[in-house]
Amino acid sequence: MDIRELVEPKMNPNIPQISPGDTVKVSLKISEGGKERLQYFQGMVIRIRRGVDGGSFTVRRVTYGIGVERTFPLQSPLIQSVEVLKHGKVRRAKLYYMRGLSARQARLKERQEKITEQAVYQEEETESS
Amino acid sequence: MFPGIIGKKIGMTRVFLEEGEMIAVTAIKAGSCFVTQVKNQTKDGYSAVQLGFGQAKHLNAPQRGHLKGIDEVGYLREFRTKDVSSVKRGDKVDVSFLNLGDFVNVSGLSKGKGFAGVVKRHHFAGGPKTHGQSDRHRAPGSIGATTSPGRVLKGMRMAGHMGSKRITVRNLRVIGIDASRNLLLVKGAVPGARKGLLIIEKVRK
Repeated sequence: MDIRELVEPKMNPNIPQISPGDTVKVSLKISEGGKERLQYFQGMVIRIRRGVDGGSFTVRRVTYGIGVERTFPLQSPLIQSVEVLKHGKVRRAKLYYMRGLSARQARLKERQEKITEQAVYQEEETESS
Repeated sequence: MFPGIIGKKIGMTRVFLEEGEMIAVTAIKAGSCFVTQVKNQTKDGYSAVQLGFGQAKHLNAPQRGHLKGIDEVGYLREFRTKDVSSVKRGDKVDVSFLNLGDFVNVSGLSKGKGFAGVVKRHHFAGGPKTHGQSDRHRAPGSIGATTSPGRVLKGMRMAGHMGSKRITVRNLRVIGIDASRNLLLVKGAVPGARKGLLIIEKVRK
């Protein structure tokens, strides 16, 4: 008897199909002092993990020279939306090598948009390649 | 109602509440069980409910006689309880006697670790790694004094067999119940390997 047959993960329907190398903007519901607001976290998806618990994805960004990585469970009901801003061209599933690269090296060549209905593509944010 | 239920460990996962709180849970296939015997004070000297669970591979004649009219269950376990008046032989027990938020004690056979040293078995610190030490890295150290008392005290913690022992984890909160699939979710970890037999007792208030 496998746990997968018994406990179905309740995936968050707000999360579109994403892949490693994508630049995404994650909107997160934060409640503090009885009030609810949205918090944004924008960066590159460096890891997507699948598993019994529904899996998770990790977003990396560099702010003021400090690398910040945040992992979001794909089941989390707090994620309001995930906006895909860019698709990076990558040849690996886990982009841990991005951690060792400086800001200039850490840019990825852009990949042509996949045919995914939910993906949002923004032309003006295109980086020179 | 019923004092508890017998189940099988399925594995662990996590669930999220609406507010975003994450809870690590263990999935248990609990039941369905049958009451195979009700013991009472006058006849047996104590009162208890005996439950049967699972499917027997082979039963001998006395076992078949004991289970006459009931499914051929593979496991029999007894639950001590004061009140047995509402229970009778042949009753079916499933997880629906529990409610969300109830607390349960879960017992099981812990995973066997074999012959384990004191560092693993009793969390001893072991010896220094450097300063000329050899063969002392995971040693227990002194186990007593010299001429007085002249022996090692009883109960001294030493290396030995670890695990494969009945362990009870108390007050686990019931997070999910699905009687149609005999599924029970409790918060936290429970003893033993997957597919291990578990005794789930409702905590009396």
